[in-house]
Amino acid sequence: MTQENSILPPLTERFGILRWLRKNLFGSWLDAALTIIGAFIIYWAVTGLLTWAFTVAEWKVVSVNLRLFMVGQYPLQQLWRLWLALGFLMFLTGNSLAIWARRSYVATILLLAFPALLTLLPFGSEPRKWLIILSLTGVIGWGIGWSKPQALGRSVIFGWILSLPMFLLLTRGFTPEGGTMPIVGTNLWGGLLLTFLLTVVGILFSFPLGVFLALGRRSELPIIRLASVIYIELVRGVPLITIFFMAQLMLPLFLPPNWTVDRILRAMVAVTLFSAAYLAENVRGGLQAIPKGQFEAAHALGLNGAQTMVYIILPQALRLIIPILVGQFIAVFKDTALVAIVGLFDLVGIAKTVLAQPDFLGLQREVYVFISLIYWVLSYGMSYLSQQLEVKLGVGNR
Amino acid sequence: MLQNRDTIISVRDVHKWYGNFHALKGVNMDVERREVIVIFGPSGSGKSTFIRTINRLEEHQRGQIIVDGIELSHDVRNIEQIRMEAGMVFQQFNLFPHLTVMQNIILSPIQVRKWTKEKAEEIGLQLLERVGIPEQAHKYPGQLSGGQQQRVAIARALAMQPKIMLFDEPTSALDPEMIKEVLDVMVELAKSGMTMLVVTHEMGFARAVADRMFFFDQGQIVESGTPEDIFKSPKEDRTKLFLSQILDH
Repeated sequence: MTQENSILPPLTERFGILRWLRKNLFGSWLDAALTIIGAFIIYWAVTGLLTWAFTVAEWKVVSVNLRLFMVGQYPLQQLWRLWLALGFLMFLTGNSLAIWARRSYVATILLLAFPALLTLLPFGSEPRKWLIILSLTGVIGWGIGWSKPQALGRSVIFGWILSLPMFLLLTRGFTPEGGTMPIVGTNLWGGLLLTFLLTVVGILFSFPLGVFLALGRRSELPIIRLASVIYIELVRGVPLITIFFMAQLMLPLFLPPNWTVDRILRAMVAVTLFSAAYLAENVRGGLQAIPKGQFEAAHALGLNGAQTMVYIILPQALRLIIPILVGQFIAVFKDTALVAIVGLFDLVGIAKTVLAQPDFLGLQREVYVFISLIYWVLSYGMSYLSQQLEVKLGVGNR
Repeated sequence: MLQNRDTIISVRDVHKWYGNFHALKGVNMDVERREVIVIFGPSGSGKSTFIRTINRLEEHQRGQIIVDGIELSHDVRNIEQIRMEAGMVFQQFNLFPHLTVMQNIILSPIQVRKWTKEKAEEIGLQLLERVGIPEQAHKYPGQLSGGQQQRVAIARALAMQPKIMLFDEPTSALDPEMIKEVLDVMVELAKSGMTMLVVTHEMGFARAVADRMFFFDQGQIVESGTPEDIFKSPKEDRTKLFLSQILDH
């Protein structure tokens, strides 16, 4: 065989815009008709939406109440604590991107520029200044991570572990009135801040609980297995809203009269317990996908049951179910909206109070479009990041 | 029970049932230190089940198995002790796909033998050189050929510095051109004095290095002897028939 005919370039189709249109949109009379009808529907919907958004809608309801939407009744003088906590998160994000996602340029730029982009919203000058600082903090974190990736890995993980307790501590405060960090009662937490905290706490605590329940359901000890099955099936059998009602309204009836458990804490526990049951089933699905040979190989090497799970089975099972896990996390994020029904002021709860103000009666569309947009941006963000993570861990191609 | 000083595996009247199916019907075997045993027989004859009872991947229900002076019982410590001393290589390799070759090898020495990472990696690299693929240390199993994966699996089992190596049809899942590279490693291992139990149909390997061969059929040992005995003058008709079927090509 000669060199010439052993290596041929792959066949390529010539590609022109007209050819493409012909092939994909006007292939037959039916295709052409559907294309034209579709184009009309899109035109009608988009122009309608844009006309409403730019001429009819009164966005003042959003700009005036922006702080309420973001943090609820959180006192103005203490806001710097939240900015500080966010700054810490941005710094860690920058660090982590530089250490573990060095080549994910698009994700890096999007994440680090995100706060700065938010200045396009009608914030006042003070928040805008903070948002710029957040982006800068992220970039500084990224720079530091980039220069010393090996040395920093461990401390960044440590930082992430500390980040939630720190965020909660800064939000709540720890000195009496008049100190540098006076306590802000949870009744003042609201808006996106509350939605965010409910989601993060729910995800972080339901994850280990769900893994334990999944392992419990596969346990060889009948009592543990039975307890796991009962828990999972009981919780999956009731709607989340009933669990919220139980936590908010019925729990106080069972506790002694002078015992109170913080309402936000009760909501966090409810989200955690609910999400754990679903997570357990997802994790169990992942565990079942691991071939028996992996267990056998691990046992044959002398690893005990716990070591086999921690080093061999769980890493593979969890990697397999990343898409399902992220779906679950997004669901938790959106499900927290139900706390509005039991009287907490998360994003939806705040939306209801804003709409109850006499100045803004009848502006449902503006308010709900705005909070929908917030939910969508954050949900899509999680989804996008998880796709990046899948590519990085090579889930699809092994 | 009296044991010869050099006996490392002693199997007495071992029975195993899967539900109503009697998979092992009273198997007896004594293996000396440094001996190479080849086990062969038709599929479903219980040869894989037998080799897997020795490190308790399958539980025997009657009889006695003593490995390196420790009797296999329900005592978890005994089982773990024996698994440390008996390395196993599987038909399907069973490498851990989420770990690199080196991580596959050093995991168990670090976790079970409690070696330092440095020591484990040093020995891991020596083993990879021994099986001929030191340059693959930082690849993932999915990036290697079948023959390379099986050689990694051998290195991984050897890293625990076992006294016995169990091979369960190590070349049956390999393409023909890769069988030799794995058999070469096994021959070298046999010549180095490792005690080996090998379930295989590679009769060339058996002829070259086996000390004794055992023919399994229907859950029993039908015949045993040196390769010379088995190949030149098999006594049982079933052995003759089986050998004629696998050798007549």
